[in-house]
Amino acid sequence: MTTTTSQTPATTPVTDAAPPAGTRRQATLQWVAVHIFAVTAGLLFVLPFVFVGLTALMSDQQSLTRDLWPHPFEWHNLVDVWHTPGFGTWWRNTLIYAVTGTILTLLSSIPVAYALACFRFRGRNLAMMVVIATMMLPPQVAIVPLYLVWAKDLHLSGTLWPLIIPMAFGDAFSIFLLRQFMLTVPREYLDAAKVDGCSDLSVLLRVVLPMTRPAIAAVGLFQFFYCWNDYFGPQIYTSENPAAWTLSYGLQSFKSAHHTNWNLTMAATVMVMAPVILLFFFAQKAFIEGVTLTGVKG
Amino acid sequence: MKGAVASGTRPRATPELRARKRRELVRNLAFLSPWLLGTGLFFLYPLVTTVWLSFTHYDGFTSPVWTGVDNWHYVLHEYSFFWPALRNTLWFVVVIVSLRIVVGLVLGMTVISVKRGSSVFRTLFYAPYLAPPVAATLAFVFLLNPGTGPVNSVLGKLGLPQPGWFNDPAWSKPALALLAVWGVGDLMVIFMAALLDVPRELYEAAELDGAGSLRRFRHVTLPTLRPILGFAAITGVIAMMQYYTEPLVAGQVASGQIGGSGQQVEPGYPAGSTLTLPQLVYNLGFQRFDIGAACVVAVVLFVLSMVFAAFLMRRGSVFLGVGE
Repeated sequence: MTTTTSQTPATTPVTDAAPPAGTRRQATLQWVAVHIFAVTAGLLFVLPFVFVGLTALMSDQQSLTRDLWPHPFEWHNLVDVWHTPGFGTWWRNTLIYAVTGTILTLLSSIPVAYALACFRFRGRNLAMMVVIATMMLPPQVAIVPLYLVWAKDLHLSGTLWPLIIPMAFGDAFSIFLLRQFMLTVPREYLDAAKVDGCSDLSVLLRVVLPMTRPAIAAVGLFQFFYCWNDYFGPQIYTSENPAAWTLSYGLQSFKSAHHTNWNLTMAATVMVMAPVILLFFFAQKAFIEGVTLTGVKG
Repeated sequence: MKGAVASGTRPRATPELRARKRRELVRNLAFLSPWLLGTGLFFLYPLVTTVWLSFTHYDGFTSPVWTGVDNWHYVLHEYSFFWPALRNTLWFVVVIVSLRIVVGLVLGMTVISVKRGSSVFRTLFYAPYLAPPVAATLAFVFLLNPGTGPVNSVLGKLGLPQPGWFNDPAWSKPALALLAVWGVGDLMVIFMAALLDVPRELYEAAELDGAGSLRRFRHVTLPTLRPILGFAAITGVIAMMQYYTEPLVAGQVASGQIGGSGQQVEPGYPAGSTLTLPQLVYNLGFQRFDIGAACVVAVVLFVLSMVFAAFLMRRGSVFLGVGE
């Protein structure tokens, strides 16, 4: 299987993964080639999940061998991981961080995006540029002074607060995406609502929000994933206190505690990956629309 | 809206109008307040402080002492990890950004050309993008581990060479590139949207002129996609400036050493080959308590990121919707 895959990417993509309107002569040939390539690439993309899943179900001894198929299937690995001291706490912390983070981000970013999209004022372009600049800023740039404030002045390191509180002050990426989408709301609707005596706030709540629901869903999902996946924030602020760890941070300590047993580490990996992948299956449409929104002007 | 602009620029400012302008200012400030506060507290304040701290000696316990350009001299001339980290970043920028664009485009075109089950393939190619970075990195360190890893097992059975991947300085970066390409789903979806926007007539016209698949790709697909490719390239570079979690976790897990705060662990295992600039900030500031030097790296990182952000705002104003 590996031999075929090493050949196909080199020969097929440019000629066969061609634009939708294929020539009639080579149609069949192309159809076959495209499908062979798609299936091979699909397998390659799925294999890591498969190997991780299989290893997660191996016995301790077997995970030290080069076997690929579990024998017997040790389903209790997943239960064992769940009962590992700390794992439940990390789950709860991650959920708290992701849920409150998402809600706070939406509440604080929506009015800002609305103002940047629908109000005219001097400095609006400058404000947009600052939003984009903050979006591009590696979090490590500002971390030293921020950590000093949270740890030395506010004594909040070792808790989730330094991760959650900043979410109440607008997130640049969310503001940017929401604003792009709000620009597509036809002005006539806003003006009509104004003529009917709506205040700016009720224009936002009654006209703009219902029309930007897909963007809000996408931004909410993105933020949830961001918090769920965040490693740097928890590493900086919670590393000193295991009771405040999140899954992303706890997961790698799992590896060092069980460093000979890949099976349990992979079982834990499965349990960190599963919720986000499941969430994706349920919210696929909102998600893919959101990604498209990041690349193309709304 | 036009009315509002006209009344705003009208020369005669009646008291009524002035009151209205004041009300508008209050309204704008109210709506923008979360962001204004956030920008001040979490962007401007730390930025200014970082620049100042980069000129001081500070260990986090005693007060900072002004030392001029000492830290800058130390980081640029004596600290042995700065230039390797910058070179690694350059490697990641060149290899990962271009690989992700090529693979993302190929997969996007494939999914669009597949007539049956196209949404299944889209989901398959997109799902790895969602895997949490720490989990995905752990998975790849396992898949590629030289001892019992399935990839080397398969390579061994086929009689092919079995690299040391994350344990070999020559292979650790390619291993990270594989991980990054696995998560190409975001680009694929963006390219798919752009590909579906290419007018069909262009392809039909090219076909009538006798252009084959390859020439249609070169003369129709690529030119229409150029802006989105540029956007993907610049955002890719910016992402590589922030490349942190994957190389750090890969190095720590592969070496078996987890470096928490204040712990002395040699960064960038193996042999500094996975070190990036953001990791230096952590290593210097939080493991060696040399906060001044950490701030020097942070300032360098800031300047580099802003250069590329400026690029994006110039070239990509269409996408960003600035200055319209």
